[in-house]
Amino acid sequence: MLQVFDIIGPVMIGPSSSHTAGAVRIGMYARSILGKEPVKAHIRFSGSFAKTYKGHGTDKAVIAGILGMDTDDARIRISMDIAKEKGLDFTFEEADIDGAHPNTAEITLTDAEGNTALVQGASIGGGNIIINKINNTVVEINGKSDTLVIPHRDVPGMIAVVTNVLADKGVNIHGFSLCRDHKGGTAVMTIEIDGDINESVQDAILENEHIFSCTILKAI
Amino acid sequence: MFKYDSLADLVAAANQSNEPLSKIVLREQAEAAETTEDALYAAMAKSLTVMRESVQEGLDPDKRSASGLTGGDAFKMMRAVEENRNICGKIFGTAMTKALAVSQTNACMGKIVAAPTAGSCGILPSALLTIAESRNISDHDLIMALFTASAVGMVIANNASIAGAQGGCQAECGAASAMAAAALVEVCGGTPQMCEHACAIALKNILGLVCDPVAGLVEIPCIKRNAAGVANAFVAAELALAGIESAIPADEVIIAMKKIGDAMSSTLKETAEGGLAVTPTGKKLCEKVFGCCQ
Repeated sequence: MLQVFDIIGPVMIGPSSSHTAGAVRIGMYARSILGKEPVKAHIRFSGSFAKTYKGHGTDKAVIAGILGMDTDDARIRISMDIAKEKGLDFTFEEADIDGAHPNTAEITLTDAEGNTALVQGASIGGGNIIINKINNTVVEINGKSDTLVIPHRDVPGMIAVVTNVLADKGVNIHGFSLCRDHKGGTAVMTIEIDGDINESVQDAILENEHIFSCTILKAI
Repeated sequence: MFKYDSLADLVAAANQSNEPLSKIVLREQAEAAETTEDALYAAMAKSLTVMRESVQEGLDPDKRSASGLTGGDAFKMMRAVEENRNICGKIFGTAMTKALAVSQTNACMGKIVAAPTAGSCGILPSALLTIAESRNISDHDLIMALFTASAVGMVIANNASIAGAQGGCQAECGAASAMAAAALVEVCGGTPQMCEHACAIALKNILGLVCDPVAGLVEIPCIKRNAAGVANAFVAAELALAGIESAIPADEVIIAMKKIGDAMSSTLKETAEGGLAVTPTGKKLCEKVFGCCQ
């Protein structure tokens, strides 16, 4: 559901809402999903992103997002220099990702301990984005509301475990999806909720041994 | 709750409560976001401030874009208006100056408000800030008109697209022009119905426009298309305020825009593979910026 500030907004550093601001946001979400300071980033651009990323500053924008900058941060212009100072090793690749939206970026981040996160997102216009892949699972996260991303072992009862915690804490769910890589492998729950969510919910969910992590993606 | 899938429905709702579009949109949006009208209004007021600043920044005669391809045009237009050299009168000249300025700020990686996109960010602010000067319109009315413009943008986004990569320039500058036309009509005292006609007219005039940026940069032809977009918004608003109606309803024009966008070759949708981008000069400029053509 669109709202007024999706149209009049974002307040942003130019030159392109889809190729600059949207790219910052995909980078920001990738950073959140990794959950730690990244030391390495490999970015694959597909479609229009692949053809025009240099001209639109899409490369600077994605790096800025990975470094935790927002769309109106004047440092986007010099994000690559900042990344080098911080010791972030980044590479770009022009790719043709099958069936992907024309403005797609696939970001693989690695932290100092070697943990990785792969996030694929599309910039769908006016700075709005959809995250459509996390690691090997298909998701659909639009950032319109706070979203919980919970990778877990594909065993029975996991939905109940998580939703019971949310019910106990009085959190209302308005969107839910689940996808797995293979039977008994890793599944990812994405849960969109109303209002704010606090860390006590995160801690309670993480008590279950089959849950690998629990990330709160704040609404854009 | 509104679904923002039909301008006709929004106009009917405004007529029913005998209010301008902006008021019903602000009220509904506050309810939907579970916040107050004051909070949303304050956030929109901030956007208006950034819009004003982006005009000022873009009037600098010496500032060039990072590529070096563009810069200084807003200043030239401003001087022409100041010296009474422009042929279309003060309002048109001022509107074009401001549209060029905001768009220039964007090309220089300055701070702007996407409206609805960065490529088309000069059109709505230039329309509103120009009419505000010539008719002494209060900031309050301008801020409210931004809600009307947003509603128009939401209907277009929901039924078609506001991304050049999906719908071509008609989706960006077309949407911005339709939004600005509706906002102009409202601040000039027109009815919600007139806003709807102004949207339809503005969008009709820009149907089929492709997105063919030279070197993939939001500069050539984007900056000048913002000047054209605000002129088109004034044309549409002027016609609608005179009581002229669009034969094709706005909702149908939006669907037509969507179908035209779908039929457009991908070479003409922000890939820099067609149109002006592949003219001999376009290619030469691309080589100048990147050393080789992308």
